[in-house]
Amino acid sequence: MHRFLLAVLRRDLTLAARRRGDWLIAQFFFVMVASLFPLGIGPEPEMLARIGPGVLWVAATLASLLSLSRLFADDHHDGSLEHMVLSPEPTVLLVLGKSIAHWLIYGIPVLLIAPVLGIQFNLSWEAIWILEISLLLGTPILSLLGSVGAALTLGLRGGGVLLTLLILPLYVPALIFGAGAVDGVMMGTGAEAHLSLLGAFMMLSLMISPWIAAAALRVSLE
Amino acid sequence: MPDLILSVHDLACARGERLLFKGMNFSLKAGALLLVQGGNGQGKTSLLRLLTGLARPEAGEVRWCGEQIGRVSEVYHAAMCYLGHANGVKDDLDPLENLRFSDGLHGRAFDRSRAVATLEQLGLTRCLDLPCRVLSFGQRRRVALAALLLAGATLWILDEPLTGLDVHAVALMEGLIREHLKSGGMVVATTHQALNLEGISVQRLLVGNVAIPELV
Repeated sequence: MHRFLLAVLRRDLTLAARRRGDWLIAQFFFVMVASLFPLGIGPEPEMLARIGPGVLWVAATLASLLSLSRLFADDHHDGSLEHMVLSPEPTVLLVLGKSIAHWLIYGIPVLLIAPVLGIQFNLSWEAIWILEISLLLGTPILSLLGSVGAALTLGLRGGGVLLTLLILPLYVPALIFGAGAVDGVMMGTGAEAHLSLLGAFMMLSLMISPWIAAAALRVSLE
Repeated sequence: MPDLILSVHDLACARGERLLFKGMNFSLKAGALLLVQGGNGQGKTSLLRLLTGLARPEAGEVRWCGEQIGRVSEVYHAAMCYLGHANGVKDDLDPLENLRFSDGLHGRAFDRSRAVATLEQLGLTRCLDLPCRVLSFGQRRRVALAALLLAGATLWILDEPLTGLDVHAVALMEGLIREHLKSGGMVVATTHQALNLEGISVQRLLVGNVAIPELV
Protein backbone atom coordinates (compact mmCIF):
# COMPACT_ATOMS: atom_id res chain seq x y z
CA MET A 1 0.00 0.00 0.00
CA HIS A 2 2.70 2.52 0.97
CA ARG A 3 4.71 1.34 -2.03
CA PHE A 4 1.84 2.25 -4.33
CA LEU A 5 1.44 5.68 -2.76
CA LEU A 6 5.18 6.31 -3.00
CA ALA A 7 5.23 5.16 -6.62
CA VAL A 8 2.47 7.65 -7.53
CA LEU A 9 4.22 10.47 -5.65
CA ARG A 10 7.60 9.67 -7.10
CA ARG A 11 6.23 9.54 -10.62
CA ASP A 12 4.32 12.82 -10.44
CA LEU A 13 7.29 14.60 -8.90
CA THR A 14 9.63 13.21 -11.56
CA LEU A 15 7.23 14.33 -14.29
CA ALA A 16 7.00 17.80 -12.73
CA ALA A 17 10.79 18.01 -12.63
CA ARG A 18 10.92 17.13 -16.34
CA ARG A 19 8.26 19.68 -17.29
CA ARG A 20 9.22 22.67 -15.23
CA GLY A 21 7.27 25.05 -17.45
CA ASP A 22 3.96 23.63 -16.25
CA TRP A 23 4.33 24.52 -12.63
CA LEU A 24 6.37 27.65 -13.14
CA ILE A 25 3.44 29.09 -15.11
CA ALA A 26 1.14 28.64 -12.12
CA GLN A 27 3.65 30.36 -9.83
CA PHE A 28 4.15 33.26 -12.24
CA PHE A 29 0.39 33.59 -12.45
CA PHE A 30 0.23 33.78 -8.65
CA VAL A 31 2.83 36.57 -8.59
CA MET A 32 1.21 38.45 -11.49
CA VAL A 33 -2.32 38.43 -10.07
CA ALA A 34 -1.07 39.56 -6.66
CA SER A 35 1.04 42.31 -8.22
CA LEU A 36 -1.77 43.71 -10.36
CA PHE A 37 -3.79 44.84 -7.35
CA PRO A 38 -1.33 47.46 -6.04
CA LEU A 39 -1.05 48.79 -9.59
CA GLY A 40 -4.79 49.04 -10.00
CA ILE A 41 -5.79 50.26 -6.57
CA GLY A 42 -2.93 52.58 -5.74
CA PRO A 43 0.12 52.42 -3.52
CA GLU A 44 -1.20 53.68 -0.14
CA PRO A 45 0.50 51.41 2.44
CA GLU A 46 -2.54 51.24 4.79
CA MET A 47 -4.86 50.27 1.94
CA LEU A 48 -2.43 47.58 0.70
CA ALA A 49 -2.01 46.07 4.16
CA ARG A 50 -5.81 46.03 4.47
CA ILE A 51 -6.44 44.11 1.23
CA GLY A 52 -3.16 42.11 1.18
CA PRO A 53 -4.27 38.89 2.90
CA GLY A 54 -7.44 38.61 0.80
CA VAL A 55 -5.63 39.32 -2.45
CA LEU A 56 -2.90 36.78 -1.73
CA TRP A 57 -5.44 34.16 -0.83
CA VAL A 58 -7.53 34.77 -3.95
CA ALA A 59 -4.39 34.68 -6.11
CA ALA A 60 -3.28 31.38 -4.54
CA THR A 61 -6.74 29.94 -5.18
CA LEU A 62 -6.76 30.97 -8.84
CA ALA A 63 -3.20 29.71 -9.37
CA SER A 64 -4.13 26.29 -8.04
CA LEU A 65 -7.16 26.14 -10.38
CA LEU A 66 -4.88 26.83 -13.31
CA SER A 67 -2.97 23.61 -12.72
CA LEU A 68 -5.83 21.40 -11.54
CA SER A 69 -7.46 20.82 -14.91
CA ARG A 70 -4.40 18.77 -15.86
CA LEU A 71 -4.29 16.73 -12.68
CA PHE A 72 -5.79 13.68 -14.40
CA ALA A 73 -6.14 14.88 -18.00
CA ASP A 74 -2.57 14.13 -19.12
CA ASP A 75 -2.68 10.63 -17.67
CA HIS A 76 -6.09 10.06 -19.19
CA HIS A 77 -4.80 11.10 -22.58
CA ASP A 78 -1.89 8.66 -22.72
CA GLY A 79 -3.78 5.78 -21.11
CA SER A 80 -1.77 5.60 -17.90
CA LEU A 81 -4.79 6.63 -15.83
CA GLU A 82 -6.57 3.41 -16.83
CA HIS A 83 -3.53 1.40 -15.79
CA MET A 84 -3.50 3.15 -12.43
CA VAL A 85 -7.21 2.61 -11.83
CA LEU A 86 -6.82 -1.06 -12.78
CA SER A 87 -4.05 -1.66 -10.28
CA PRO A 88 -4.98 -3.89 -7.34
CA GLU A 89 -4.70 -0.95 -4.94
CA PRO A 90 -7.81 1.15 -4.24
CA THR A 91 -8.43 4.18 -6.45
CA VAL A 92 -8.80 6.29 -3.29
CA LEU A 93 -5.09 5.88 -2.65
CA LEU A 94 -4.31 6.90 -6.20
CA VAL A 95 -6.33 10.10 -5.84
CA LEU A 96 -4.77 10.81 -2.45
CA GLY A 97 -1.28 10.30 -3.91
CA LYS A 98 -1.98 12.60 -6.81
CA SER A 99 -3.47 15.28 -4.51
CA ILE A 100 -0.42 15.16 -2.25
CA ALA A 101 1.86 15.40 -5.29
CA HIS A 102 -0.17 18.36 -6.53
CA TRP A 103 0.23 20.09 -3.19
CA LEU A 104 3.99 19.45 -3.13
CA ILE A 105 4.36 20.83 -6.66
CA TYR A 106 1.99 23.81 -6.46
CA GLY A 107 1.32 24.42 -2.79
CA ILE A 108 4.88 24.50 -1.46
CA PRO A 109 6.11 27.12 -3.98
CA VAL A 110 3.12 29.31 -3.05
CA LEU A 111 4.19 29.04 0.60
CA LEU A 112 7.69 30.13 -0.37
CA ILE A 113 6.61 33.06 -2.55
CA ALA A 114 3.83 34.39 -0.29
CA PRO A 115 6.11 36.09 2.32
CA VAL A 116 7.83 38.08 -0.42
CA LEU A 117 4.48 39.24 -1.76
CA GLY A 118 3.43 39.91 1.83
CA ILE A 119 6.27 42.44 2.14
CA GLN A 120 5.10 44.02 -1.11
CA PHE A 121 1.68 44.50 0.53
CA ASN A 122 3.21 46.10 3.62
CA LEU A 123 2.11 43.28 5.94
CA SER A 124 3.70 43.16 9.39
CA TRP A 125 5.97 40.20 10.21
CA GLU A 126 3.34 38.84 12.53
CA ALA A 127 0.74 38.99 9.78
CA ILE A 128 3.10 37.29 7.31
CA TRP A 129 3.73 34.55 9.85
CA ILE A 130 -0.01 33.93 10.26
CA LEU A 131 -0.46 34.12 6.47
CA GLU A 132 2.09 31.31 6.12
CA ILE A 133 0.30 29.15 8.69
CA SER A 134 -3.04 29.78 7.03
CA LEU A 135 -1.61 28.88 3.62
CA LEU A 136 0.05 25.79 5.09
CA LEU A 137 -3.34 24.63 6.35
CA GLY A 138 -5.29 25.95 3.37
CA THR A 139 -3.36 24.97 0.25
CA PRO A 140 -3.87 21.23 0.88
CA ILE A 141 -7.62 21.98 0.85
CA LEU A 142 -7.22 23.51 -2.62
CA SER A 143 -5.45 20.37 -3.90
CA LEU A 144 -7.82 17.92 -2.23
CA LEU A 145 -11.11 19.57 -3.22
CA GLY A 146 -9.62 20.35 -6.61
CA SER A 147 -9.05 16.65 -7.27
CA VAL A 148 -12.82 16.14 -7.00
CA GLY A 149 -13.45 18.79 -9.66
CA ALA A 150 -10.68 17.47 -11.88
CA ALA A 151 -12.12 13.96 -11.70
CA LEU A 152 -15.66 15.17 -12.39
CA THR A 153 -14.70 17.20 -15.45
CA LEU A 154 -12.27 14.66 -16.87
CA GLY A 155 -12.70 14.19 -20.61
CA LEU A 156 -15.30 16.95 -20.98
CA ARG A 157 -14.93 19.64 -23.58
CA GLY A 158 -14.26 22.97 -21.89
CA GLY A 159 -13.55 21.03 -18.71
CA GLY A 160 -11.21 23.74 -17.44
CA VAL A 161 -13.91 26.41 -17.26
CA LEU A 162 -16.44 24.00 -15.80
CA LEU A 163 -13.89 22.97 -13.21
CA THR A 164 -13.49 26.60 -12.15
CA LEU A 165 -17.24 27.07 -11.79
CA LEU A 166 -17.63 23.82 -9.85
CA ILE A 167 -14.73 24.22 -7.46
CA LEU A 168 -14.56 27.94 -6.67
CA PRO A 169 -17.69 27.86 -4.48
CA LEU A 170 -16.18 24.95 -2.54
CA TYR A 171 -13.06 27.01 -1.91
CA VAL A 172 -15.05 29.78 -0.23
CA PRO A 173 -14.73 28.50 3.37
CA ALA A 174 -10.96 28.10 2.99
CA LEU A 175 -10.75 31.61 1.57
CA ILE A 176 -12.84 33.15 4.36
CA PHE A 177 -10.99 31.48 7.21
CA GLY A 178 -7.57 31.83 5.59
CA ALA A 179 -7.82 35.54 4.87
CA GLY A 180 -9.82 36.03 8.07
CA ALA A 181 -6.98 34.63 10.19
CA VAL A 182 -4.55 37.23 8.88
CA ASP A 183 -7.14 40.00 9.24
CA GLY A 184 -7.77 38.86 12.79
CA VAL A 185 -4.16 39.23 13.81
CA MET A 186 -3.95 42.67 12.18
CA MET A 187 -7.12 43.83 13.94
CA GLY A 188 -5.89 42.38 17.21
CA THR A 189 -8.71 39.87 17.63
CA GLY A 190 -6.38 36.89 17.23
CA ALA A 191 -6.14 34.23 14.57
CA GLU A 192 -6.66 31.05 16.59
CA ALA A 193 -10.35 30.60 15.86
CA HIS A 194 -9.92 31.02 12.12
CA LEU A 195 -6.91 28.75 12.02
CA SER A 196 -8.70 26.05 14.02
CA LEU A 197 -11.63 26.11 11.63
CA LEU A 198 -9.26 26.07 8.67
CA GLY A 199 -7.49 23.04 10.14
CA ALA A 200 -10.82 21.31 10.71
CA PHE A 201 -11.84 22.04 7.14
CA MET A 202 -8.56 20.57 5.92
CA MET A 203 -9.07 17.36 7.91
CA LEU A 204 -12.61 17.12 6.58
CA SER A 205 -11.51 17.46 2.96
CA LEU A 206 -8.66 15.02 3.55
CA MET A 207 -11.12 12.43 4.78
CA ILE A 208 -13.89 12.97 2.26
CA SER A 209 -12.56 14.27 -1.03
CA PRO A 210 -10.37 11.28 -2.08
CA TRP A 211 -13.46 9.06 -1.86
CA ILE A 212 -15.64 11.38 -3.91
CA ALA A 213 -12.88 11.97 -6.45
CA ALA A 214 -12.28 8.21 -6.79
CA ALA A 215 -15.98 7.60 -7.45
CA ALA A 216 -16.07 10.47 -9.94
CA LEU A 217 -12.98 9.10 -11.67
CA ARG A 218 -14.58 5.71 -12.16
CA VAL A 219 -17.66 7.34 -13.69
CA SER A 220 -15.57 9.58 -15.95
CA LEU A 221 -13.55 6.62 -17.23
CA GLU A 222 -16.59 4.57 -18.19
CA MET B 1 -7.65 -23.00 -4.85
CA PRO B 2 -10.49 -23.03 -7.36
CA ASP B 3 -9.75 -23.34 -11.07
CA LEU B 4 -9.04 -20.04 -12.73
CA ILE B 5 -11.85 -19.18 -15.02
CA LEU B 6 -13.17 -16.01 -16.60
CA SER B 7 -16.82 -16.23 -17.49
CA VAL B 8 -19.41 -13.91 -18.89
CA HIS B 9 -23.11 -14.32 -18.23
CA ASP B 10 -25.86 -12.71 -20.32
CA LEU B 11 -23.70 -9.67 -20.89
CA ALA B 12 -25.23 -6.67 -22.62
CA CYS B 13 -23.48 -3.48 -23.56
CA ALA B 14 -24.86 -0.15 -24.73
CA ARG B 15 -23.08 2.98 -25.86
CA GLY B 16 -25.46 5.85 -25.33
CA GLU B 17 -28.79 4.84 -26.87
CA ARG B 18 -27.37 2.10 -29.07
CA LEU B 19 -27.31 -1.50 -27.90
CA LEU B 20 -24.06 -3.07 -29.08
CA PHE B 21 -24.70 -6.63 -28.00
CA LYS B 22 -26.76 -8.59 -25.51
CA GLY B 23 -27.06 -12.10 -24.17
CA MET B 24 -23.36 -12.78 -24.52
CA ASN B 25 -22.07 -15.89 -22.76
CA PHE B 26 -18.65 -17.51 -22.78
CA SER B 27 -16.06 -18.85 -20.44
CA LEU B 28 -12.32 -19.02 -20.70
CA LYS B 29 -10.10 -21.51 -18.91
CA ALA B 30 -6.40 -21.42 -18.16
CA GLY B 31 -4.30 -22.03 -21.26
CA ALA B 32 -6.90 -20.71 -23.72
CA LEU B 33 -6.96 -17.76 -26.07
CA LEU B 34 -10.16 -15.88 -26.84
CA LEU B 35 -9.99 -14.03 -30.10
CA VAL B 36 -12.64 -11.31 -30.23
CA GLN B 37 -13.56 -10.50 -33.80
CA GLY B 38 -15.90 -8.06 -35.44
CA GLY B 39 -15.90 -5.02 -37.67
CA ASN B 40 -15.11 -1.48 -36.58
CA GLY B 41 -17.62 -0.04 -34.17
CA GLN B 42 -19.18 -3.38 -33.28
CA GLY B 43 -18.17 -3.24 -29.63
CA LYS B 44 -14.89 -5.13 -29.36
CA THR B 45 -13.19 -2.48 -27.28
CA SER B 46 -16.37 -1.98 -25.23
CA LEU B 47 -16.42 -5.69 -24.48
CA LEU B 48 -12.79 -5.62 -23.40
CA ARG B 49 -13.44 -2.62 -21.14
CA LEU B 50 -16.33 -4.51 -19.57
CA LEU B 51 -14.00 -7.44 -18.96
CA THR B 52 -11.45 -5.21 -17.23
CA GLY B 53 -14.09 -3.65 -15.00
CA LEU B 54 -13.44 -0.14 -16.34
CA ALA B 55 -16.97 -0.02 -17.75
CA ARG B 56 -20.11 -1.40 -16.22
CA PRO B 57 -22.39 -3.71 -18.21
CA GLU B 58 -25.95 -2.74 -19.11
CA ALA B 59 -27.04 -6.20 -17.97
CA GLY B 60 -25.39 -9.44 -16.97
CA GLU B 61 -22.05 -9.87 -15.28
CA VAL B 62 -18.42 -10.80 -15.69
CA ARG B 63 -17.10 -13.33 -13.20
CA TRP B 64 -13.63 -14.31 -12.15
CA CYS B 65 -13.50 -17.80 -10.58
CA GLY B 66 -17.25 -17.64 -10.11
CA GLU B 67 -17.34 -14.28 -8.32
CA GLN B 68 -18.48 -11.04 -9.89
CA ILE B 69 -15.36 -9.02 -10.70
CA GLY B 70 -16.58 -5.94 -8.83
CA ARG B 71 -16.72 -7.97 -5.64
CA VAL B 72 -13.22 -9.44 -5.97
CA SER B 73 -11.65 -6.47 -7.72
CA GLU B 74 -8.44 -6.60 -5.70
CA VAL B 75 -7.77 -10.25 -6.57
CA TYR B 76 -8.98 -9.78 -10.11
CA HIS B 77 -6.90 -6.70 -10.83
CA ALA B 78 -3.83 -8.43 -9.43
CA ALA B 79 -4.41 -11.33 -11.82
CA MET B 80 -5.30 -9.23 -14.86
CA CYS B 81 -3.32 -6.90 -17.07
CA TYR B 82 -4.92 -4.68 -19.71
CA LEU B 83 -3.29 -3.14 -22.73
CA GLY B 84 -5.61 -0.74 -24.51
CA HIS B 85 -5.34 1.53 -27.53
CA ALA B 86 -3.32 4.01 -25.55
CA ASN B 87 -0.07 2.56 -24.30
CA GLY B 88 -0.09 4.05 -20.84
CA VAL B 89 3.54 5.00 -21.41
CA LYS B 90 4.63 8.40 -20.08
CA ASP B 91 6.46 10.39 -22.74
CA ASP B 92 8.64 12.27 -20.27
CA LEU B 93 9.99 9.14 -18.61
CA ASP B 94 12.44 6.67 -20.11
CA PRO B 95 11.42 3.02 -20.60
CA LEU B 96 13.01 1.87 -17.35
CA GLU B 97 11.26 4.59 -15.33
CA ASN B 98 7.99 3.60 -16.94
CA LEU B 99 8.52 -0.01 -15.92
CA ARG B 100 9.54 1.04 -12.43
CA PHE B 101 6.27 2.89 -12.03
CA SER B 102 4.27 0.00 -13.41
CA ASP B 103 5.94 -2.26 -10.81
CA GLY B 104 5.10 0.28 -8.12
CA LEU B 105 1.46 0.26 -9.19
CA HIS B 106 1.31 -3.43 -8.48
CA GLY B 107 3.10 -3.02 -5.17
CA ARG B 108 6.20 -4.87 -6.31
CA ALA B 109 9.81 -3.91 -5.72
CA PHE B 110 11.53 -2.86 -8.93
CA ASP B 111 13.88 -5.48 -10.33
CA ARG B 112 16.13 -3.49 -12.61
CA SER B 113 18.03 -6.37 -14.18
CA ARG B 114 14.81 -8.16 -15.03
CA ALA B 115 13.34 -5.01 -16.55
CA VAL B 116 16.48 -4.46 -18.64
CA ALA B 117 16.39 -8.09 -19.79
CA THR B 118 12.74 -7.78 -20.84
CA LEU B 119 13.38 -4.55 -22.74
CA GLU B 120 16.33 -6.20 -24.49
CA GLN B 121 14.17 -9.19 -25.37
CA LEU B 122 11.77 -6.75 -27.02
CA GLY B 123 14.56 -5.12 -28.99
CA LEU B 124 14.82 -1.85 -27.06
CA THR B 125 18.45 -2.25 -25.98
CA ARG B 126 19.51 1.08 -27.44
CA CYS B 127 16.57 3.07 -26.03
CA LEU B 128 16.95 2.34 -22.33
CA ASP B 129 17.83 5.88 -21.30
CA LEU B 130 15.91 7.86 -23.89
CA PRO B 131 12.67 9.59 -22.94
CA CYS B 132 9.77 7.75 -24.56
CA ARG B 133 8.85 10.99 -26.34
CA VAL B 134 11.61 10.38 -28.89
CA LEU B 135 10.72 6.72 -29.47
CA SER B 136 8.66 5.65 -32.46
CA PHE B 137 5.06 4.50 -32.08
CA GLY B 138 6.07 0.85 -32.42
CA GLN B 139 8.83 1.24 -29.85
CA ARG B 140 6.44 2.79 -27.35
CA ARG B 141 4.11 -0.13 -27.96
CA ARG B 142 7.01 -2.42 -27.11
CA VAL B 143 7.58 -0.59 -23.83
CA ALA B 144 3.91 -1.20 -23.01
CA LEU B 145 4.36 -4.88 -23.87
CA ALA B 146 7.39 -5.04 -21.58
CA ALA B 147 5.21 -3.74 -18.74
CA LEU B 148 2.67 -6.43 -19.59
CA LEU B 149 5.33 -9.15 -19.41
CA LEU B 150 6.74 -7.88 -16.14
CA ALA B 151 3.31 -7.62 -14.54
CA GLY B 152 3.23 -11.42 -14.31
CA ALA B 153 -0.56 -11.43 -14.64
CA THR B 154 -2.51 -14.59 -15.42
CA LEU B 155 -5.06 -12.94 -17.67
CA TRP B 156 -3.97 -10.66 -20.48
CA ILE B 157 -6.61 -8.45 -22.05
CA LEU B 158 -5.13 -7.03 -25.22
CA ASP B 159 -6.85 -4.51 -27.45
CA GLU B 160 -5.18 -4.60 -30.85
CA PRO B 161 -1.80 -5.51 -29.38
CA LEU B 162 -0.13 -5.73 -32.79
CA THR B 163 -0.89 -2.18 -33.96
CA GLY B 164 2.28 -0.45 -35.01
CA LEU B 165 4.50 -3.49 -34.55
CA ASP B 166 6.83 -4.67 -37.31
CA VAL B 167 7.04 -8.25 -38.60
CA HIS B 168 9.67 -9.29 -36.09
CA ALA B 169 7.74 -7.91 -33.17
CA VAL B 170 4.55 -9.62 -34.33
CA ALA B 171 6.40 -12.95 -34.49
CA LEU B 172 7.87 -12.24 -31.06
CA MET B 173 4.40 -11.42 -29.72
CA GLU B 174 3.00 -14.68 -31.11
CA GLY B 175 5.77 -16.53 -29.30
CA LEU B 176 5.10 -14.66 -26.07
CA ILE B 177 1.37 -15.37 -26.23
CA ARG B 178 2.08 -19.04 -26.88
CA GLU B 179 4.52 -19.19 -23.95
CA HIS B 180 2.05 -17.41 -21.68
CA LEU B 181 -0.73 -19.85 -22.56
CA LYS B 182 1.55 -22.83 -22.10
CA SER B 183 2.37 -21.72 -18.59
CA GLY B 184 -1.30 -21.66 -17.72
CA GLY B 185 -2.16 -18.06 -18.61
CA MET B 186 -5.20 -16.80 -20.48
CA VAL B 187 -5.44 -14.22 -23.20
CA VAL B 188 -8.38 -12.20 -24.51
CA ALA B 189 -7.36 -10.29 -27.60
CA THR B 190 -8.82 -8.36 -30.49
CA THR B 191 -6.87 -8.09 -33.68
CA HIS B 192 -7.39 -7.36 -37.34
CA GLN B 193 -4.08 -8.94 -38.23
CA ALA B 194 -3.47 -12.58 -39.05
CA LEU B 195 -1.84 -14.51 -36.22
CA ASN B 196 0.01 -17.78 -36.44
CA LEU B 197 -1.72 -19.75 -33.72
CA GLU B 198 -0.74 -23.34 -34.41
CA GLY B 199 -1.04 -25.58 -31.41
CA ILE B 200 -3.05 -23.07 -29.35
CA SER B 201 -6.59 -23.73 -28.26
CA VAL B 202 -8.39 -20.74 -29.71
CA GLN B 203 -11.96 -19.69 -29.02
CA ARG B 204 -13.45 -17.20 -31.39
CA LEU B 205 -16.13 -14.71 -30.50
CA LEU B 206 -17.88 -12.61 -33.07
CA VAL B 207 -19.11 -9.30 -31.70
CA GLY B 208 -21.90 -7.56 -33.56
CA ASN B 209 -23.65 -8.84 -36.63
CA VAL B 210 -21.20 -7.95 -39.37
CA ALA B 211 -19.53 -11.13 -40.56
CA ILE B 212 -15.89 -10.72 -41.46
CA PRO B 213 -13.72 -13.04 -43.53
CA GLU B 214 -11.69 -15.62 -41.62
CA LEU B 215 -8.38 -14.13 -40.61
CA VAL B 216 -6.24 -17.02 -39.52
